[in-house]
Amino acid sequence: MVREVIPIALADDNGLFSIYQAHQKLYPRSVTGRFARLRWGAVFFTQMIFYGLPWLQWNGRQAVLFDLGARKFYLFGLVLWPQDFVYLAALLVIAALSLFFFTAVAGRLWCGYACPQTVYTELFMWIERHTEGDRAARMKLDAGPWTADKLARKGAKHALWIALALLTGFTFIGYFAPIRELGAQVLSLSIGPWQLFWLLFYSFATWGNAGFMREQVCKYMCPYARFQGAMFDRDTLVVTYDERRGEPRGSRSRKAEPAALGLGSCIDCNLCVQVCPTGIDIRNGQQYECIGCAACIDVCDTVMDKMGYAPGLVRYSTHRAVHAAPESAADRRILSHLLRPRVLIYACLLLVLGGGLVTSIATRNPLRVDVIRDRNTLARIADAGRIENAYRLNLMNASEQALVIDVAAEGISGITIEGPAQFEVAAASNRAVPVRVQVPPQGIDPGAHAIRFLITAREEPAIARTEKASFIVPR
Amino acid sequence: MADFTSGFWSTYITIATLVAIAACLLLLVLNSRRPPPSADNTTGHVWDGDLQEANNPLPRWWSGLFVITIVFSLGYLWLYPGLGARDGASGWSAAAQYEAETTALAQEMAPLYARFQGRSVTELAGDARAHAIGERLFLNNCAQCHGSDGHGAKGFPNLADNDWLYGNSPDQIVQSIAKGRNGLMPPMAAALGSAQEVEQVAQYVLSLSDSSSDAVKAALGKPRFATCAACHGADGRGNQALGAPNLSDRIWLHGGGLQAVVAIVNNGKDNPMPAWDDKLTEGQIHVLAAYVLSLSQPGAQGARQ
Repeated sequence: MVREVIPIALADDNGLFSIYQAHQKLYPRSVTGRFARLRWGAVFFTQMIFYGLPWLQWNGRQAVLFDLGARKFYLFGLVLWPQDFVYLAALLVIAALSLFFFTAVAGRLWCGYACPQTVYTELFMWIERHTEGDRAARMKLDAGPWTADKLARKGAKHALWIALALLTGFTFIGYFAPIRELGAQVLSLSIGPWQLFWLLFYSFATWGNAGFMREQVCKYMCPYARFQGAMFDRDTLVVTYDERRGEPRGSRSRKAEPAALGLGSCIDCNLCVQVCPTGIDIRNGQQYECIGCAACIDVCDTVMDKMGYAPGLVRYSTHRAVHAAPESAADRRILSHLLRPRVLIYACLLLVLGGGLVTSIATRNPLRVDVIRDRNTLARIADAGRIENAYRLNLMNASEQALVIDVAAEGISGITIEGPAQFEVAAASNRAVPVRVQVPPQGIDPGAHAIRFLITAREEPAIARTEKASFIVPR
Repeated sequence: MADFTSGFWSTYITIATLVAIAACLLLLVLNSRRPPPSADNTTGHVWDGDLQEANNPLPRWWSGLFVITIVFSLGYLWLYPGLGARDGASGWSAAAQYEAETTALAQEMAPLYARFQGRSVTELAGDARAHAIGERLFLNNCAQCHGSDGHGAKGFPNLADNDWLYGNSPDQIVQSIAKGRNGLMPPMAAALGSAQEVEQVAQYVLSLSDSSSDAVKAALGKPRFATCAACHGADGRGNQALGAPNLSDRIWLHGGGLQAVVAIVNNGKDNPMPAWDDKLTEGQIHVLAAYVLSLSQPGAQGARQ
């Protein structure tokens, strides 16, 4: 069998050898349709969470707060310490695998619907459309002279952009500094210099990226855009122009019969190019600039509808399907190749890791203990010749209630703890306590002996730890 | 600056730094020249049959960033120490910053300790909040020598046994921490006589605490103990004003038994406790003294637990 290879061609022959060209501003036309509604749904969903989450309260504190100064991350009922960093690693692995999984199934879903760059560009373009008008009006406005109207429209646009950017920066900082206090500080102009800096920094980044950089971020800056190609295969659903059906393209009367004119379904109206947020022509085939937003699908379906043709000249399809023979078998091939090994392996890994993470967090022990032997004195002889070692126990209580901790030792016959063996550790805090351990001198060899500390929370039998330590008997 | 024994290295580093910056600028200028136009805008180099090298000029934004880094580095070297031994024009130094930060931290902490300042050390010894702060201070600063539990080690006094070298009044404990102490036992071999006579004195010292000793030798050593009594007292019960230990209580800071006692008598001992008033604030020492006092007062701890 001859291996099928996806043909690649340099889209722009002038690309390599031209002098750097200045950025050409794009004026994407607004679009409505199934996928535009889906994207707006994603925008509302993600932004409800982003703007709303910091305002939720839990146990009298902010429900989600990443307190970098105190090195504690609050996630509803969960308080994460630096020792819990492994959860972040697991979360990142899961995020990466999700990316692999969704990209293998349906291409750049993340880019097209959920990426902040897309979401904020969408919001900023919405403001732009309501102040400056749609594509043609914006082009005319930019080309025309500075008039009072132009000034008013541009001014309104920037005022709204900056307001939205500031709200975004403020919300972002609100995940790291308590947002209610932050709000009061902003209103009373008493915000700290670093908080102000980061607030303005993220506002500026939002304003610049969503207002001006837009598709250049995706085309030139985003590494993810570039390595996504490695996760595509012939069965990945991507936004595809059906060349066999569309070509040869050409304008025609709505009443004309394309077959009679020797034309395909594409009427060459160029709307798919005008709506494209990255300014490419989907009819040139798969291109790295395509963020999979499906705006061209929506607009082409509208045109096909007006012409009285079947929709789907541009549609989500796979490389294998659009090259399938016979054509009637195309859509069946998409489904039959959906559950392929790559997708199944990603799905299994995701399930295992996700299940593991949830189980691990659900059964997490809120008590952590570090045992540190005193190094200054190996051993001491106490009353009645008993041998004494000193330890320091660092008791960390990651729960949201104060714990009374009992400490006991075992491992050598007659082992006891002298002095206090019960300690109260306040909620979400740690405490280092000195502990003295004694053993009787009879019948024990010199050298190091393994012992264990049994640390239990009073009235909370589920919260317990056993920690190994060594006990030194002098010669 | 004391880092350099002569001006040579300072000059060397200054020249090397400035030449390197100038070379960077030169590199940029030479590469910023617009290349001579060629028909296909390539250098003519071809690899692997079809890989060609385009002959484009450096992007302007990139050149701009390059110039900014050079300007920044010159400005930085002018403002901050960096060119050999030269102090920056801004007057910044790491030592001054450290001073400023520690002063700021002390000021920030001051209110925390202020509420303890009006109360006596004895009163604070039974205070749970002062104890929690004192415990942390002790673990961070004192435990390295005196042990996490304050029970000490050989050469480092046990702070929990109610045997005080310099006294247990609040002022004395504060003084011990703030100014440090210097436990000095002079070598006494010459003053006491022969090795045999030293051993007799040592046997007498052991007998003071009913430790195992040779009664005959101890009796012979007793008259010579008069030399020791100047500091340790006629009855060997020590003198807290001098920090002379009580020899009659079976607590041996530098080890008990004949061998250890003879060694100390012969060689003496210089056993300093460093001063902490340059590292801890007055408020911290106040709270720490209360914690140290509480270690030997089981009652105070009992009330707290």
